[in-house]
Amino acid sequence: MNRTWIILGATSAMARAFARKVSQEGAGVLLAGRDMEDLATLAADCRLRGARMAEALAFDARAPEGFAAIIARAEAEEGEINAAVFVGSMPEQGATDADPALVDGVIADSHTGPARFLHMLAPLIEARGTGTVVGVASVAGDRGRIGNYVYGSAKAGFATYLSGLRNRLTRAGGHVVTVKPGFVDTAMTWGLPGLFLVAAPGHVADDILAAVAKRRNVIYTPFFWRYIMLIIRHIPEALFKKMKI
Amino acid sequence: MLWKTADYAGWGRALVARGEIARPERQSTLAALLAEGLAPAIGMRRSYGDAALNGGGRVIDMTRLDRFRGFDPETGILDVEAGARIGDIAAAFAPRGWLPAVMPGTGLATVGGCIGQDVHGKNHHNVGSFCQHVVSLTLRSARGVVEVTPDRTADLFRATAGGLGQTGVILSARLRLLPRRGDVMVVTERRVEGWDEFLALLDASQATYTVGWIDATARGAALGRGILEEGETGSGLLPKRGQARRVPFDAPRFALAGPVVRAFNTAYYRRVPETGRTVVKPIADFFFPLDKIHDWNRLYGKRGFHQFQCVVPVAEAPALRAMLEEIAGSGLASPLAVLKRMGPGRAGHLSFPMEGYTLAVDFPNRSEARELIRGLESETLSARGRLYFAKDSLARGTDVAAMYPELAAWRKLVARADPEGALATDLVRRLSLRSAT
Repeated sequence: MNRTWIILGATSAMARAFARKVSQEGAGVLLAGRDMEDLATLAADCRLRGARMAEALAFDARAPEGFAAIIARAEAEEGEINAAVFVGSMPEQGATDADPALVDGVIADSHTGPARFLHMLAPLIEARGTGTVVGVASVAGDRGRIGNYVYGSAKAGFATYLSGLRNRLTRAGGHVVTVKPGFVDTAMTWGLPGLFLVAAPGHVADDILAAVAKRRNVIYTPFFWRYIMLIIRHIPEALFKKMKI
Repeated sequence: MLWKTADYAGWGRALVARGEIARPERQSTLAALLAEGLAPAIGMRRSYGDAALNGGGRVIDMTRLDRFRGFDPETGILDVEAGARIGDIAAAFAPRGWLPAVMPGTGLATVGGCIGQDVHGKNHHNVGSFCQHVVSLTLRSARGVVEVTPDRTADLFRATAGGLGQTGVILSARLRLLPRRGDVMVVTERRVEGWDEFLALLDASQATYTVGWIDATARGAALGRGILEEGETGSGLLPKRGQARRVPFDAPRFALAGPVVRAFNTAYYRRVPETGRTVVKPIADFFFPLDKIHDWNRLYGKRGFHQFQCVVPVAEAPALRAMLEEIAGSGLASPLAVLKRMGPGRAGHLSFPMEGYTLAVDFPNRSEARELIRGLESETLSARGRLYFAKDSLARGTDVAAMYPELAAWRKLVARADPEGALATDLVRRLSLRSAT
């Protein structure tokens, strides 16, 4: 089957690892993001690793007027259309505290932008009767913590959106995988203090592909974060509000 | 956060540095970092000593800039970012009929690192060194981004090939790949009973790829015994590559004690039948046998290890035999020891290769071993030989200056490319490579 993946936020390390792996399987990739020069290099890389086709497309989560062009480009491909959403932004909580206007951007990048895009894409998946959406949420969305609760709340909203979208697309033959990564070794986490059990982006990409193949609903990656978050979610709020984790 | 402060080491783990590291994931981030000031670029840190260390200073980790930029199937020329690993290139292009012309003993080395050390492979006697197959490279020097080729900018190319990153940050390179015959390696292994036979066989080998494993613990009549491997690319049924394993902890000291190594080496030697054998191996198994064991450097324990590697001219083979005798007598050697015949091919002023024989032996990081290595280094110098910057962590600057006659020419070119010395590394300072001692 002719497969195409729209990859939003394709310049991120996790997205790059994912794009390479689906390229090796011969899929076509539409690499969407803001740094066009970087995306052009990645497109060449994907073609040389076996992608049926690879193109760089402009995408800014805060500029929804550009979404339709990406979906139109995907529609021109025959066969199964899939999407993987890696966008999101996490300014330091301190920066957001100093400038509350930053909240809007974080929520647009991590929740409302991707949700609007997927809402425009959903009819195409329904029409083709097949297709998978991979949405990258975060363990930070499982509970609001003092260190990054603006980002966490946006990812929580996105995770809830993905749950609903799964409910909708399942009826039409599509599928949605919600991915909750723990700490991943990317530019976003480089040099942050207090990280542990940091996963390589390639490892996360492998987990995502396995989840797509098995039509899993919600995965944590690496897997043990499911248990870490199970504990964190069950700490009583009366206690949790005094903790700094 | 762009910079983080961390302790980091070379592959041998005997030398450690503390300093700031940035790891850009995009060319635009790298350009912005370099606009603040040049800093040495590092890759996978597979050099054993301090070639990739800059204690107290900054380094730029290039491993995330690892994309293939273009490939021309007519000429076999691959354009690739400097952080790409040789093993990745081999894995991606072997199925299409191409291999990097030169592959070092680990597939985890980056293209930038292979250029900075002008590395050699098991086919050096036939095709020369890595940089002899570099068509051009893009360099960010103190004067901005420049295109460096062996013809049009011959001086800068000779200073950059094997130039330890001192002329600038290598951003990308165009490599000439070689066509290969099939998906697998056909490898002939035979026992070699002693030193003289080993040299005779290495001299006579007609194979594309030739390498000798040597039992550096064997003495007396068995001195220099080992296994000669000759390899050709070919087609055949591909055996399944076993899963990679990881060394999960630092091994205790007795893991590589003398009797253990002797027993291991004897078993390893006898593994090949007396009459020899021909086996079919996956390409990666032949070229990068140790990459299957992740973090194998931990087998040497927390204190790390040293590798001694020298090359001596053909006429000095007796001196090399004397060194091996010393090594075997010391009881300090590890199982990892390699003997190879080198051709004359080299591309840069500080390139390691010379026509002759090269011997490489690992030693645990202990005072007796360091003393032994220092003696071997002096003998290398008297034998008009050379030490390898990718391996060295113990040499003296004066010895090295005598081994590399083109050092003065290199210095002049490097002073022009990086006048402020912003690219100096621990190795460059330890050996006073950029300034006369």
